[in-house]
Amino acid sequence: MAKLEKKPRAGGGLSEEELRDLFRQMLLIRRFEEKVEERFRAGELPGFLHVAIGQEAVAAGVCAGLEREDTIMSTHRAHGHTLAKGTHPNAVMAELYGKLEGCSHGYGGSMHLYDVANGMLGANAVVGGGLPQVTGTALAYKFRKQERVAVAFFGDGATNTGTFHESLNLAQLWKVPALFVLEMNGWAESTPQSQHAPIEDFSQRAVAFGMRSIDVDGQDVEAVYEATREARRHAASGEGPVFLNVRTYRLVGHYIGDPQVYREKSELEELRETKDPIELLRAQIELSEDEVEQLDTEVSAIVEASVEFAKAGTDPNPEDALKYVYA
Amino acid sequence: MPELTYREAVRDALSRAMREDEDVFIMGEDIAEMGGSMGVTQGMLAEFGPERVRNTPISEIAIVGTGIGAAMQGMRPVVEIMYQDFLTLSMEQLVNQAAKHRTMSGGQLKVPLTVRTQGGAGWSPGAQHAQQLEAWFVHVPGLKVAFPSTPEDARGLLWSAIYDDNPVVFFEHRLLYPLKGEVPEELEPIPFGKARVLREGSDVTVIAIGRMVPESLQAAEQAQEEEGISVEVVDPRTLQPLDEETILDSVRKTTRCVTAHEAVTRGGFGAELAAVVQKGAFDYLDAPIERVGAKFAPLAFAPAMEQWAVPHAADVLEAVKRTVARS
Repeated sequence: MAKLEKKPRAGGGLSEEELRDLFRQMLLIRRFEEKVEERFRAGELPGFLHVAIGQEAVAAGVCAGLEREDTIMSTHRAHGHTLAKGTHPNAVMAELYGKLEGCSHGYGGSMHLYDVANGMLGANAVVGGGLPQVTGTALAYKFRKQERVAVAFFGDGATNTGTFHESLNLAQLWKVPALFVLEMNGWAESTPQSQHAPIEDFSQRAVAFGMRSIDVDGQDVEAVYEATREARRHAASGEGPVFLNVRTYRLVGHYIGDPQVYREKSELEELRETKDPIELLRAQIELSEDEVEQLDTEVSAIVEASVEFAKAGTDPNPEDALKYVYA
Repeated sequence: MPELTYREAVRDALSRAMREDEDVFIMGEDIAEMGGSMGVTQGMLAEFGPERVRNTPISEIAIVGTGIGAAMQGMRPVVEIMYQDFLTLSMEQLVNQAAKHRTMSGGQLKVPLTVRTQGGAGWSPGAQHAQQLEAWFVHVPGLKVAFPSTPEDARGLLWSAIYDDNPVVFFEHRLLYPLKGEVPEELEPIPFGKARVLREGSDVTVIAIGRMVPESLQAAEQAQEEEGISVEVVDPRTLQPLDEETILDSVRKTTRCVTAHEAVTRGGFGAELAAVVQKGAFDYLDAPIERVGAKFAPLAFAPAMEQWAVPHAADVLEAVKRTVARS
């Protein structure tokens, strides 16, 4: 049976400059999602949207720990993963506006972001839906003897699906180079963990398949990065997939506009004060007010430009709805 | 020309593709040592080894989902779902994932996956091993559906399915496996969307699929001998895409139409065929279109009930006689 590992706070693995880059990355994701929320409330974005404010360190830390040729699949809450994997904010924002310049050319929307050239193989609006495809993608890498890993992001709600269990069982059985990144935020939409699973430690679910599991503090981007590097080394060397049990916090509702009647306001306020991964990193690397302000100005300008880019984008022809039904 | 059984023809297509192309591999339940529950893949483990002939756990979601993932990387997996009744377990991956990646990604992804499955009544397997569900998949844009009725078609269509860049659900019929037929020396791919006229006639067109093709040929023989009715039998071979032209040409000539499949009549593929015919040949029709299919019930076990519920040549003959009597 695989051993449970408690990953200690990694110290000194990343240089000051690399941490500063991660800070900037996380801040960019935060400002991007705040802008998305603002534009959605202004009525500019069709459909419905889910933001991952509070979970930025998972997206940034995992993607920083991957190689360029590695691939990810994500969830309905995918903006951060997609940006962290390397998709330009313009392409993500244009997708949210339904423009041809969007990363899915207007066919996907927020819950179906794709950017195959940058290794983003799709966000999935069916909880757990991408997991077996990550197993299959990793199987292809194994067949072709490529040193690549396929990564699945999913939440604790997904671990209750049959898809999760079938996918991890097969991945471990065939020892494919996959990483299964659980973003354990304690909520399945509005249903708390206590009402959706009889266990608190979800790594047990991976260990049940004999899969190596690493526990990580998801608010600590350096720890996420270090765990990902180790998991990647393990998976890419043919030792089998790894489960990253990442504890994180969703500091917002399930969807934009969610009144969150299911949790106390005071609880959320306290989490925002104590668990914001951006604030935690800022304190760790001792950025000055001026430095933070300068970075904020930079990333906010990028986000603002992405909105302008998206608004100036091309609306698809209605008849192009049929263009990609078959290859 | 050599003679192969339907079962051997399927195996021949798989083996030839695997000999030529290392991107092709097969996986499914009991397909390796056992050679598949219907014996289709017998001997293939010995020739191709366990990496390319992969036994899987009983995990229909993961079998299809893993196939999708490998296909997204450009491999050409052929996965076997032991009975089409078990496709119900794979529906999420087929309907929400395989069928939609290409559109949702705005044309970035292709899913060249073949899902082979089989089933059908006639041997008292009971209600969970005998359904004919082909019509369900025709209703899903992005999927292709093939249902060959002869060894030659099984071989040529399966080859085309493997090399189609889209997900294909490939139906085989259990009772057709021992059927023998001539096949060309060299494998000739049969294009999708081309119907076959198996018997020419002038009074009524029977459009039949699967097991109802040989049953309809038998009915046609009887109609000629006993009633002097000249029956044309057309097998669409692929339900999506559908060769409407050949079907309409035939009905415009004969002015009468019967559809025949083993699936239940209500909501069956015959309804779609009838709609195509009434739209494209309404002015030519001399009688209402007759639909032959199974009675609307879960299939009962006892042979007397099973045989009564599913259609046979006699039912086709009766339908043919009714359409002719109308004029």
